[in-house]
Amino acid sequence: MSPPTTKTRIATIWLDGCSGCHMSLLDIDARLAAVAGSIDLVFSPLVDTRTYPQNVDVCFIEGAASSGEDVEKLHLIRRNTRQVVAFGDCAVTGNVPGMRNRFALREVLTRSYLENATHQPRIPDRDIPHLFERVRPVHAFIDVEMFLPGCPPAADAIFEVLSALLEGRPPDLAGRARFG
Amino acid sequence: MTPTAPIAQKPRTDVNPVRIYTLRIDGRDVSGREDETILTVARQNGIFIPTLCHLDGLAERGACRLCIVEIQGSPKLFAACVTLVKQDMDVITDSARIRDYRRKILELIFSERNHVCAVCVVNGNCELQDLAVKLGMTHVRYDYLNPPQSVDASHPRFSLDHNRCVLCLRCIRVCKDIEGASTWDISGRGIHARIISDLNQPWGESETCTGCGKCVQVCPTGALSEKGKSVAEMTKRPQFLPYLQMMRKEAEI
Repeated sequence: MSPPTTKTRIATIWLDGCSGCHMSLLDIDARLAAVAGSIDLVFSPLVDTRTYPQNVDVCFIEGAASSGEDVEKLHLIRRNTRQVVAFGDCAVTGNVPGMRNRFALREVLTRSYLENATHQPRIPDRDIPHLFERVRPVHAFIDVEMFLPGCPPAADAIFEVLSALLEGRPPDLAGRARFG
Repeated sequence: MTPTAPIAQKPRTDVNPVRIYTLRIDGRDVSGREDETILTVARQNGIFIPTLCHLDGLAERGACRLCIVEIQGSPKLFAACVTLVKQDMDVITDSARIRDYRRKILELIFSERNHVCAVCVVNGNCELQDLAVKLGMTHVRYDYLNPPQSVDASHPRFSLDHNRCVLCLRCIRVCKDIEGASTWDISGRGIHARIISDLNQPWGESETCTGCGKCVQVCPTGALSEKGKSVAEMTKRPQFLPYLQMMRKEAEI
């Protein structure tokens, strides 16, 4: 944790997920404004920064890892972050993005881009990240300090984790978080 | 029962009295009948032991091993649901070793099939989901197997989703022992084991299924569900079971 005189540097990122966890983060509502003075949101889909900064205290990672680009981001985050939170079921288990794992990637792409396309059916093969054969949770690639399950995690649970991190204590998620 | 039918006598307990044992569970002195299991005696005394395949009113199976306990003097772990109490037994229901194994068992169950709580019909009403919370399983350390599993929706009222099955075999037990239909059975071994109806025919074509729905109500997960229910809409009602058995027992006597 950073010294009490400076703001806690927080990052959030959205990998293979639906952004629902970020919506739930915003659902913290007024209480978020109350802690705004003690945090510095240094990287997030909610701010404009393009590159992941150094010396980040906490990163909330939403979404599973489905592509090489996702894994590159994970390693970059790990190198520059003290505490990584697997934020929501996709990050923790693979969840809905992982439901494609029982099919071969080729089948999934054929279904999405050829069979269900009505205009110029074509499987994209350049300019976008190459998908892995299998979607995997965040902790399959990097060490994770904290797991926050839920689809999405309840705003109460996110706020408890945030408060605990700011206060430097372990979060009490009893009755606040579960899968699904 | 017609008035002329012979009336069954209550078994005489004075000639062969049931033995009562005294033992210790988690350092507490408790007593139990010789035909009672550690799980039964623990619950009578308000001591929590997690279970998944056990269901009050069904024959024990000892399938899930979540109820493992330590007995002093033995290096083995024992399934509390199928281990009878003994005189002077010293049982430990919670230790670092037991918690570790229970968590591993749970993680293996989650990784073996496709348990996607977020899109499951029993999300919020699932015994497996609840156990993850109770036993503090925040994530699964094993690789998910993501096996291709099928869904049998051939029955007009119910469906069977193998993705969510934990092989507790409650459905088999309730169908055979309570309903008397024996529609359900199991095929394959180990990781290839799966629930089948009749001779591995579609459930909807089963000639033995009475459509009673008992299997659906006792299923701990979303493997067996009522049709027409969407995500998080299905609630299981297994409470009928001990009640039904009590009524039957009273009718016998």
